[in-house]
Amino acid sequence: MIMSIQVDRAPIVRATLDALTVFVLALIVLGPISGVVLDGFGFQGHPLRPLALALVVAAGRFLMTAALSTGAGAFFVGRFNAATASSVKIMAPQRALRTPWVLALVALGALVPFLADKYWLSVATLALIYVLLGLGLNIVVGLAGLLDLGFVAFYAVGAYFLAIGAEHFGIGFWSALALAPLLAAICGAVLAFPVLRMHGDYLAIVTLGFGEIIRLVLINAVDVTGGPNGLPAPEPTLLGIEFGRVAKQGGVPLHELLGLGYSPNGKYLFLYGVLFCVVLAAVHVVTRLRVMPLGRTWEALREDEIACRSLGINHVMVKLSAFMLSASFGGLAGVFFATQQGFVSPTSFTFLESVLVLSIVVLGGLGSTVGVVLAAIVLTLLPELLRDFAEFRTLVFGALMVVMMLWRPRGLIRPARPAFSPSRTEVAK
Amino acid sequence: MSKTLIQAQNLTMRFGGVVANKDVSFTVKQDSITALIGPNGAGKTTVFNCVTGFYRATSGTITFSGAGGEVEIGQLLDKPLLGGSHLAARAGVARTFQNIRLFREMSVAENLLVAQHRAVNRNLVAGILGTRAYRRAEATAVENAYHWLRELGLESDANRLAGQLPYGRQRRLEIARAMCTSPRVICLDEPAAGLNPSETADLAELIKRLRSAHGVTVMVIEHDMGLVMNISDHVVVLDHGQVIASGTPNSVAANPAVVAAYLGAPEEVAV
Repeated sequence: MIMSIQVDRAPIVRATLDALTVFVLALIVLGPISGVVLDGFGFQGHPLRPLALALVVAAGRFLMTAALSTGAGAFFVGRFNAATASSVKIMAPQRALRTPWVLALVALGALVPFLADKYWLSVATLALIYVLLGLGLNIVVGLAGLLDLGFVAFYAVGAYFLAIGAEHFGIGFWSALALAPLLAAICGAVLAFPVLRMHGDYLAIVTLGFGEIIRLVLINAVDVTGGPNGLPAPEPTLLGIEFGRVAKQGGVPLHELLGLGYSPNGKYLFLYGVLFCVVLAAVHVVTRLRVMPLGRTWEALREDEIACRSLGINHVMVKLSAFMLSASFGGLAGVFFATQQGFVSPTSFTFLESVLVLSIVVLGGLGSTVGVVLAAIVLTLLPELLRDFAEFRTLVFGALMVVMMLWRPRGLIRPARPAFSPSRTEVAK
Repeated sequence: MSKTLIQAQNLTMRFGGVVANKDVSFTVKQDSITALIGPNGAGKTTVFNCVTGFYRATSGTITFSGAGGEVEIGQLLDKPLLGGSHLAARAGVARTFQNIRLFREMSVAENLLVAQHRAVNRNLVAGILGTRAYRRAEATAVENAYHWLRELGLESDANRLAGQLPYGRQRRLEIARAMCTSPRVICLDEPAAGLNPSETADLAELIKRLRSAHGVTVMVIEHDMGLVMNISDHVVVLDHGQVIASGTPNSVAANPAVVAAYLGAPEEVAV
């Protein structure tokens, strides 16, 4: 704001004025906090402390203003403002994908198992699970424009399917991976069918209720779900070979088969690898969906339902397809979650979880695949990085939300629309 | 020319105690341009909503000879589970709206591609893998979209956001989108509203061309009498939800009941 008012002044004068203003503000804010220290019943004044802090702040502000008034800085500010001000953009026809960025991200993801220890590996796995959840919810909220507050229900369905299936029907990791999306999709259809004639807020309330119903069923159906105590989930296997130190039922564990030493990380590395491939496939599917007839119809439905009906689109079926596909992503994520934790309990599937996934979608930018991936990674890494400030976690989270809503009200990344051009070039202008 | 495309019989539409249409009967001949006129609040848009399947008429029938034989629009809406207004559109009734309803945050080309959803390959797996059949269907749809963009002079706007177009172009885009569903009849709800005189003249030419070059029957609600007299073969006049006159433009214009409805009758002034 200050910058835009004082455009006529020389950059150095402007930077100095900015720095002075910030210095005074910093003194006012920091003075009582750092300058007065309680000592028994009295207190001691440390006037130099706030002065030093304010000087640091002022120097930082000076450098920032000076840097932004150079050519490169102005370019950066221009790009930032352009991205904030304009609405949806349309890509240039046949523009190449941002291949280097995508490749770098994929390479980074593929390198994680080699760089990370067990703790960071589990954090990365969790981040990828949230990427999967975010991509799934993005279909319903971002593309089809239906607010779903009970997404965690499908996540729970996937996780409990693995746990209950393993206990009663001998279902393993791989069969759950194939079947859980189907089961979750059926649950999605069961939920969606009666509520699809509702709009906006009503739909949000019903989905919220559905999420709570699933959680309460999990808590109270003690015979099947183990109630609040939860259930164990089976370990993953590779072609029936186990990852444990000693295989059950007299089999040979993988590390012995390969002649390697036993590593307790093996199971997690394997899980990460499978999850990484699934996430890549999911990103591909979602990216394709946006330019496919089905995805287009979802977005059209978000824009104007009545117009869709006038074009012969069965809005109930289209919404149903969005709900089912989104639910199957949730179910898939649930299987990975249960396997990674080795245990499922209702406390993992609370309303807050739905809110977290929803904020991933909103922060990332409704409808944007890259944005959702980034937001999911940020929102899972941030709490881990801020472990030292655990009590301020929600504060930081809230501040982040406020900043986002101020500068990027439509999310980190604004999805660009695909461009179309006719194949016969002679008729094009 | 003389074949009946739409036959409405004794159409009555009640909203609670309000009777919007009462015993409305009219026919729309194939390849004709039929105008529906009347003062504000006469129930014209309600008739349109019944014909295009957005309202279920309280009583009466609308018979439409669509591509797959004769259908009754009301019965399409009554079908259990799968019934709805989209079936009317699938039978071949396309429409535009009085207040423009475009997919504003989608590009112009995408608006037209959505309209062709029945022609494209909707197979999920084919789309994700990008099979040859899928790409061919997509290319055909894009071609068709560009055909209609050219037809309506919107080609240079193909990759702009629909919501950012000027008003007149948005109106034309809505017609293009309706035409992309390959309809038998297109119902235009006040297409000239908000257009300047030269745009209105272009619109008249366009509507005539839709009929002559594209073989589409046109039903139009319009307040611009110059346009109505210019383009229509048949005019139906509604007032207070009832048909008060119908016939050729000239016979309707000379009808005292129509003049009374629009200008007020002298004897009513005296009362």
